[in-house]
Amino acid sequence: MAEYRELKAEADRRWEELTQGSRPWIRVGAAMCGQAAGALDVIDAIRSELERTGTDARVDSVGCIGLCYAEPIVDILSPGSSRLIFGDVSPSEVSQLLDSVLNGGRVPVDKTIGYLGPRVGGVPDLATLPGIGSQERIALRNAGNIAPDDIYQYIANDGYSGLARALGDMRPDGVIDEMKASGLRGRGGAGFPTGVKWSFMARGGPPKYILCNCEEGDPGAYNDKGILESDPYTLLEGMTLAGYATNASNGFVFIRHGHDGPISRTERAIEQAYEVGLLGKNILDSEFSFDIEISLTGESYVAGEETALMESIEGKRSMPRFKPPFPAAFGVWGKPSTINNVKSFSYAPQIVARGGDWFSAVGRENCTGTAIVCLSGDVKRPGMYEVPMGTRMGDVVEEIGGGTPSGRPVKMIQLGGPLGHILGAESLDYGLDFDEMREHGAMLGSGGVIVGDDTRCAVDMARLLVAFCQYESCGKCFPCRLGMTQLLEMIERIADKEAAPGDIDLMDRVGSTMEGASLCFHGQLGYNPLRSALVNFPDDFRAHVEEGRCLYGVCDEPLLAPRNTRAFAEEYRTGAAPLQLVTR
Amino acid sequence: MTDGKEALRDRVRNAITSQKQPTVTVLSTLHAAHDELGYLPDEAIEEVAAYTEATINDVWGVASFYTNFRFTPPADHALEVCWGPTCHILGAASIKKRCLEALDLSDEGNTADGKLSLKYNTCLGACSQAPVVSIDHRLHGRVTPETMQQHIARLLDGAAAG
Repeated sequence: MAEYRELKAEADRRWEELTQGSRPWIRVGAAMCGQAAGALDVIDAIRSELERTGTDARVDSVGCIGLCYAEPIVDILSPGSSRLIFGDVSPSEVSQLLDSVLNGGRVPVDKTIGYLGPRVGGVPDLATLPGIGSQERIALRNAGNIAPDDIYQYIANDGYSGLARALGDMRPDGVIDEMKASGLRGRGGAGFPTGVKWSFMARGGPPKYILCNCEEGDPGAYNDKGILESDPYTLLEGMTLAGYATNASNGFVFIRHGHDGPISRTERAIEQAYEVGLLGKNILDSEFSFDIEISLTGESYVAGEETALMESIEGKRSMPRFKPPFPAAFGVWGKPSTINNVKSFSYAPQIVARGGDWFSAVGRENCTGTAIVCLSGDVKRPGMYEVPMGTRMGDVVEEIGGGTPSGRPVKMIQLGGPLGHILGAESLDYGLDFDEMREHGAMLGSGGVIVGDDTRCAVDMARLLVAFCQYESCGKCFPCRLGMTQLLEMIERIADKEAAPGDIDLMDRVGSTMEGASLCFHGQLGYNPLRSALVNFPDDFRAHVEEGRCLYGVCDEPLLAPRNTRAFAEEYRTGAAPLQLVTR
Repeated sequence: MTDGKEALRDRVRNAITSQKQPTVTVLSTLHAAHDELGYLPDEAIEEVAAYTEATINDVWGVASFYTNFRFTPPADHALEVCWGPTCHILGAASIKKRCLEALDLSDEGNTADGKLSLKYNTCLGACSQAPVVSIDHRLHGRVTPETMQQHIARLLDGAAAG
C-alpha cells in the first residue's frame, strides 16, 4: 500500500501545519443545525473581520460536534494555546471574540463552552460536559473536528486506514468476517446483522450495487444527514469497503433533493476521492475498482423503504416491490444489490481498521456499538449524541439533555419515527437497544427521540403522526392508502371532540387490517403511533371523547397540514369522498 | 408567445442534457428541468419524455408522485414551514397560522400577487433548532410568530422594491 502511505504522509504533514502551524484555525459548525441557528451569517462576519484586521487565519465550515443547542459554535485553535469552543455566537459578537482570542486578550468566559488541550482557567474541560463526556463517538468521531471538504483531514485522522488494510492484507471474505465479528446490526431500524447481510450478496457480477440509504424522511431524526454534512468520507470509505467485501462495482448515495448541505458536501467528497485515487479504477493501486455517485430522490417518505428506494434510483415512482426476490439477488435494475443505512456504513471503516472485537466490546452483547440519538423537543440541550447501545433513555434525556426547560416532568417520548410509538415516562428506564425496545413493544428506529413535557397532549401528537403517515402513503396498497385516511378522519373527530361512538374500536380494526394487509412497513406500522397513544395515554383520549375537552387546550385548533396526498389527488380535486376501508 | 415557449424548451433541453451524474433517469431529468425553471410546464414534461425515451404518461406519473415538483410558476420567494413533531410541539402551529394571516391565504400555495409561496414541509432536518422555517432555501431556527412576521415583511418589502 505504497500509495496509501504517501497519501497518509501528505495528510499528516498538512494536519501538523493546521494544528501546530503559525496560523489560527477557526472552525464553525455549519451543519443544518448550525445553519438554522445562523452559522452562515457568523462565517460571513468572521471572514470580513479577518479581512478588516488583516489577520491570516484558516476558516473551515465543519459539521456538527453534537451540541446543537449551542449553535452557532465557533471553535478556535490559535498557535500555542488550547482549542476553545464558543457557543451561541452571533455575528455582532464576532469582532470582539476574535480580538480577544487571537490577540491574546481575556477569554470571554460566558461564551465559552469548553476547552480541549492544556487547561484554561475559568472554563470547563469540554470532555467533562455531560453532552460530550457520556458520548462514545465512533461514526461521529470526526464530526465537528474535520472540514467535510478536505479529504486530507480525514486521512490524517485514521481515515482510509481500514480500506488500506482491507485491500492490502484481507480477502473480501475477511472483511465480511470482521463485520460479523463486530456484531454490528443495521441502523436503518430493523437491526439485521450487517456482516450477514453483506454475505448474502449474490456471487458473480459486475454490475452489482452498494446502496446507501440517506432518505431519512423521519421527522425528528437528522443523524444520517448529520454524518454526510460532518464527515462524508467515513460513509464513502464504508461503502467502498462494502463494495470490496461483496465484489460490487458501483455505489449510490440515495438522498432527498433539496437537502443542499449534505448533498453538496457529499458531492465534493466524492470528487476528491476520485482525485486522490480512493474511488475509480484500481483503488490504491489494487485490483479493486469502485464508483460512487449520488442519486437524488424526490419528496416521498416511502422512498426510504429498500425496494421503493431501488424504484426511485431507476427513476420511477418510489413504490415498494414484492419480496422475494430480495435485493441481494435482484435489486436495482434487477442486479444484486446491498442496501444499508448511512450509519451502518459509517461504522465499517473503524471496524475494519481496529477489528470487529474492538467494536463488539462497546454497547451490549446482542446489540453492539453505539446509538446515534437526535434529541429534540422539550429538552434543555437538544443535540446529536452518540452513546453506547444499552444506555438508559432517561440518562440521555435528563443527563445529556438536561431535562425539560420548564422543569416539568417528562410525559411522553416519541421514539422510532412516525411509524414508531408515543411512549409514557416509564420508557425513560428503557435501554437504547433493539431487543429491549422490542420487549417493551417499542422500536428504536433510526434515532429520533422527541421529548414532551406534561403540557403536551397525546391526542394532538397522535393526530400529527397520523396526518404524516396519511400524507406519505405511497398509495400502492389500499389498506394503507384508505386506512390511513380513515384513521386521520377519526383522530381528527376525536381531537375536535366530535368522536362518534365506536370510533376507537373502529380505529383498532382499521389499524389491524393495515398491519396484516400492507406490503411494506408504512402500512404495517402506520397504526403504531395511534395505538401506543391509546394504550399509554387513555386519560387524554377519555377527556376528548367523554368530557368533550382537551386537558391542555392544544387540540382546539385544527391541524394545519398538507392534505393533497398523492393517493387522493383526484378525489380531493373533484370533492369525491374517499372509499371506506372498514365501515361501522 | 410561441417564441417564449421555444425559449422555455431551449432552457429545459440545455438543463437536461447537461446533467453531471453518470446515471440519467426520468426522475433525474425531471429534477434537472425543475431546478432550471422552478416548475414543470407541459413543455418540460414533453422534453423530459423525449430525452429519456419515456411516454408523456410515464413522466407525468413520476412527476405527480413526488411532492416537491410544482406545475405552476414559482413565486418570487419560497417560504416553507416545518410541521414535524418537534416543531409542532414547540410552536409550529402558531407560526403556520401567522403566515396564513400575514399572506391572506387559507392553505399552502402562492399569494394572490405571486410574491410568496407557502409550503408545509414534513421535516427540514434541523429539529434541534425547532421550530424551523426555510426562507428561499435558507434555514432559520427558533422562530416565533413575531420573527416570522418580520421575515415576511422583509420579503414583501424586498419584492415590492425589486
